[in-house]
Formats: sequence, C-alpha cells, structure tokens
Amino acid sequence: MVTTTSPRQVAVPPVGDRPQRRSPTGRSSARRRGEIALFLGPALLLYATFVIVPMVLAGYYSLFNWNGLGPLDQFIGIDNYTRAAGDPVFRAAVGHNALIVVLSVVVQLPLALALALLLNRRLRGRAILRMVLFAPYVLAEVVTAVAWQLILQPSGPLNTLLENMGLESWAQLWLADRDLVIYSLFIVITWKYLGFGIVLFLAGLQGVPNELLEAATVDGASAWHRTRYVVLPLLGPTIRIWIFLSVIGALQLFDLVWIMTKGGPSNASVTMATFLIDRGFERSQIGYGSAAAVLLFIISFVFALLYQRYVMRRDTEGALTRRVG
Amino acid sequence: MLRSTRVAALLAAALLTATTAACAGGGGAAAPATSPDGKQVITWWHNATQDTLKDYFQDAADRFTAAHPDVTFQIEPVQNETIQTKIRVGLQSNDPPDLFQQWGGGDLATQVESGKIADITDATKDVVESMGPIADPWSVDGKQYGLPYSVGVTGLWYRTDLFAQAGITQTPKTMDEFYAVVDQLKAAGIVPVALGGKDKWPDAFWWANFATRECPQAALEAVTTDLAMTDPCFVKAGQDVQQLIAANPFQEGFLATPAQEGAASSAGMLANGQAAMELMGHWNEGQTTGLTPDKQPLGDKLGWFPFPTVPGGKGTPGATVGGGDGFSCSASAPPACVEFLKFLASDEEQSTFGATNTGLPAAKAAESSVTGTSIKAVLEARGASPYNQLYFDKALPTDVGQALNDEIAGLFAGTSDPQRIVDVVAEAAASR
Repeated sequence: MVTTTSPRQVAVPPVGDRPQRRSPTGRSSARRRGEIALFLGPALLLYATFVIVPMVLAGYYSLFNWNGLGPLDQFIGIDNYTRAAGDPVFRAAVGHNALIVVLSVVVQLPLALALALLLNRRLRGRAILRMVLFAPYVLAEVVTAVAWQLILQPSGPLNTLLENMGLESWAQLWLADRDLVIYSLFIVITWKYLGFGIVLFLAGLQGVPNELLEAATVDGASAWHRTRYVVLPLLGPTIRIWIFLSVIGALQLFDLVWIMTKGGPSNASVTMATFLIDRGFERSQIGYGSAAAVLLFIISFVFALLYQRYVMRRDTEGALTRRVG
Repeated sequence: MLRSTRVAALLAAALLTATTAACAGGGGAAAPATSPDGKQVITWWHNATQDTLKDYFQDAADRFTAAHPDVTFQIEPVQNETIQTKIRVGLQSNDPPDLFQQWGGGDLATQVESGKIADITDATKDVVESMGPIADPWSVDGKQYGLPYSVGVTGLWYRTDLFAQAGITQTPKTMDEFYAVVDQLKAAGIVPVALGGKDKWPDAFWWANFATRECPQAALEAVTTDLAMTDPCFVKAGQDVQQLIAANPFQEGFLATPAQEGAASSAGMLANGQAAMELMGHWNEGQTTGLTPDKQPLGDKLGWFPFPTVPGGKGTPGATVGGGDGFSCSASAPPACVEFLKFLASDEEQSTFGATNTGLPAAKAAESSVTGTSIKAVLEARGASPYNQLYFDKALPTDVGQALNDEIAGLFAGTSDPQRIVDVVAEAAASR
C-alpha cells in the first residue's frame, strides 16, 4: 500500500532518471498523504478524544486525593496505588477477575467447541439450534442481568423448577450466598457469551477443507482422530483469538455484576471494574477510582501484549508483521 | 416483565447518560440557562419512579408553568439507586441538571465543594424561617443550598392483616416484645421482616436506629462534627444488630434483595404480603402502592410503629432516625429554578403533596393535609421527636458515609463485627 524503502524493492527505477522534477509518483504520493489524512483524521481524532485523553486524565487524577468536586490540589503521588495494593477489597476483585478468566478458558472453551462441532454436522433443526444458542449474545447485558436476577431469586423460577423436579437440595441462594455468588455470575456469563464462541468456531470450521477430512478417512482415521489431528489444529487461530477476547472480556467484567449484585454480598462478587466505579462514583473518590482504573488498564494491556507476542505471533505473522514475497 | 424492562430501560439510560456525562467532563461551556427565544428550560432529575409521586411532580410542574409561561420543564425520573451516582457524575460534568434530588447533610457539603450548587439563602429566607429546624440539613455553614419537600422519620411499617393472622394484637414497644412478635409471625409461617440488603442503606437503617437508642444525643452529634464514634454505645449498636440477625427475622437471601426495585424487593414483599414488616422511611406508603399488583394503596392493611426501645439504652426516648427529600438548584440553573423550589415548599403546594399520602410534607401548615392512618402515625412521631438523627450516610461526608454503609452491610453478611464498623469510620475520615 504505502511506498516502502525496503531494500528488496529494487525494481523501482531511480527517480533521477525521470526528466520532470514533478513526477507523477511525487504528485500521487502527496495526494496519497492527503487521502490518508482525510480518511484516518476523523477516526484518529475520535480515538484521541474518547480513548487517549481520558486515559491520560485518569492517570493524572490517580495521583491526587480528589473527590471529583472540589479543587484538584491534594497531590499524593503513588499513594492511591499503594493503597489499592493493600486494600483487601481490591485484592478480592483481582482474585474474582482471575477466577472468571480461568473458568472461562477451562469451561467455556470446551463447551463452545463441542457445540460448534455438533452444529457443524447435518442435523435436523440445525438452524433453529444455532439461533437459540446465539440469541443470548444479542441481548443487551442490562436485560440479561435483570432477567437473571429474577430467575436466580430465592423463590425464583430456577429454584421452583429444581423443587418441582424433586431436587430441593439443589436449590440455592444463588446471589445471596457469599461462597456461591461468583459461580452463579459465571453461569450467567457463560449463558450469555457461549453463542459468540460457537459462531466464531463455526466460522473457523468452514475453513477446514473437506479434502483433508476425506483423505484422513481414506487413511483410516476415526472420527475422534479426524477431530483431534485435522480439525483442531486448523481451528487453532480461531481458538487463540477466542481466548484473547474472552480473557479481556473477563478482566473488564462490569455490567452483569453491577446490576445483579453490585459486587456484593459484602464484596463477594466485586470485580476490578465494579470496584473502580464504586470508589469513584459511589464514594466520590475519583483519585482512588482512577488509580484502580489505571491498574485494570495495565493488567489488560500487559496481557494483550504478552499474548500477541507469544501466543498469537504465528497467527498474525504474514498478515501484519512482514510482507510476503 | 413490564417492570423489569422498565427498570432495564432506566438503567440503560442512566448508564448511557453517565458515560456521555463523563465524556463531556473534558471541555465545553455550561449549557445556556435560557434558550434563544427567552424561554427558561429547567432539567429536573427526581427519584419518583412510582406513579403517585411521579404524577404529583408532573402536576406541580404543570401548575408552575401555567403561572410562568416562559418556563418549560424537562423532567427525568431516575430510579433511586441510580440517581445517586447519576447526580455525582452530573455534578462532575460541565452540564449538571438544573434541579435535582437532594438529601442534604454531609453529602450536600461534599457537593457544595464543586461550586456548582446554587446558594439560595437570600431567596428562601422566609420559607426556611417558617420551616424551622426541618430545613437545617439543606444548609452548609449557614448558607441554604436546597429546600425539602418531604421530611420524616424511619420506623417499622407492618401489615395489619398479617399481624392479625398471627394473632398479634399489639405492636411491640420494646425489643423484647419485638422478638416475641418475630417468633409469633414465624410460627404462623410468615416472614417477619423484609430487608433490602443488596442496597446496603436499608441495613444501615437498622444500625442507625439501634445507635439512636443506645447513644446519648451528644455522642450522636459528635459523629457528624468529629467524624468519629468514640462512645462505646456505637459498638453496642453493632451488637444489637448481631442479636437481631441471630433471631433470623429476615427473608431468605436478604443479602441480595434490592430495596425498591420490583415485586421481589423488600418494599415489594411488604406490598404483596410476603413479609410482615419493613424498617423504612416515611415514603414507604407511596413506594408500596406502586408495587402492589393492582397499584392500589394498601390502606388499612398497612400500619406503622416507631422503632422499639432497647433495654438499658442511653438514647433520648422518642429520638428518631430520619431525614428528608428535597431539591437543589445548580449554579447554572435559570432563575426560575429557585422560584420553583419555593413554589414546591409553599403551604398550598405542600398540602396538595400531603394529600397524596406518599410522604410527609415539610411545611408545618400542610400537616393537616395528611390523611392516611399510618402516615399520620409517622407525622406524630416526627412531631414528638426530641432529636432526629439524619441518616448517617447522608450526615457524613460521602466517602465516610458510604464506607460506613459498606461495613454495616458486612455485619449483616457476617464478614464484619461491631468494633470494625467504628474503626472503618475513623479510617475513612483519616484518609480524606
């Protein structure tokens, strides 16, 4: 796309050979720059206004003891950060986020993969099944949270169903039990986001050539072997991008938790995002909340960098890092 | 389903506004107080999402605009839990609402720091004088920053029909009698007390009422002035709460129950006869009306009695925990805003409000307009109260008050203890 100075491109004739100074290449490169500025400008401006500037401001506020209303004059250095590091509630929040990350990968990944493999086969009502599984993903988080809050009430539909099935002992205080609440939330998260994984994997499965599967069959590979040694390796890039999206989503978990439990009971389901909103806006400690926000950003950013560097390197190679040929 | 979608829509709207408001914080001028054609537009955020009070506010706005044709209102009712965050975000932005819900106290003092609350001392002198000490929480350092429209006290709202069903003939006057009533209700298969533990402040109501029974007035007053709870009576209040929890009077899963949202909230349980009592403020008759299946007032089925006495408590007999609902104008609001505040606080308008039985009017002259039996009982308690403790989360600065609420919620969840509550207040005050 862009003219390059790569030493490989020796085929371009030296500019000095041309008779006119204002070469067509020169004019078009100026024009091209104009085009780039025109097309990228608005996006860059929006990105700077709504992403970069607020991030920088949060970093700045995090160095102050500030309630968001009075003057910004109590500079306290990194005190907010040391306070967060020693705050048992913030630590609990990090722990809950980590738990959701691990559970997502360990539980949701196999589940979504299995369902995608199933739905990729010819079976009756496949379109309907796909739609049913994908529907929750389309629902707004707020709607999901309000609906599940009703379902998980002590005398709500879920417990009533369990009782009617003779499983009274399975009925739980899903959101009121401090030991259980984070797992209840995880079930809702899984219900909501499973469809996304399935659709992603179904798309990936379309990229698995039938010829390979047929060849494997001819070679005597069983269904399990075909899945394990042909389908899964070819699905690798899709799985890796799903894990990436899932971990980032789990780290930034907010809406569902905030509406269903507000991080309670007694901080049993607090996440980094609910913590920073609670401290920032409920307690009016904008400085401290900003520090928590910066920490959440750093954790997510470091994960994203490391993951791209070490796990997704092969997937993005060729596409981004080096020109082929 | 209708309710839940409405709640959802409100939440979504609030989140959206919160995001935009937060984004707008960086720059831009304050919104013009008057539109180009000379009309004054007042944006009004209030927490009345239930029909009766919401309708009253709409009618009041209509009556005001009829007399002041140059004024128009943009009214936005916001659910109570959401509006508190929304106001804080709004005040941090450059475009705060013109007129918004105000509970006064330390919360107001925190807001005043922003310089975005209109000082209405001169304009409201007469009204404040006639209201007396009732208007005090809306002043900071001798300056008036808001006016109440409704002031009352917390107490136990109960279902007369369920009490009768359990064979209870008299409302309890002491905690011992209260526990006897709890046992009787349980024996009749009735949930004795509904509690909205998810929202934390209903937990704090219990603790604050125990503190008001245990603590002498001087100790209570020192909390707000010194941001400290040095008297051992505050620890005793926590122990009283523990004793209460041990009696297990609450509904199953009360830690996750919201206070006011939907039929399954604690107010909804009272409204639908699923629980016999709720410790709540003076607005509860209006609140429950909106949560009954037919949206009709409970009438005789709803009663009220003051918080029982605690044996050995050093509190002034008859002292109450309460507070009020009012409104503040922002500094950038059009001049009609304070006029409307005075209009709402006028005897005539207060009488109209009192007749809705959704709360107690703040103006004394309007007291006779209150007709409901239970709300009249609240009015009597308010009138007889020698000392009213403003809700601690409102009396204290915002961060200290919220830390206190969180820790009290921890006491109800079994993760805190009475001493810890006192310590947390000291810690929160120290880290200001």
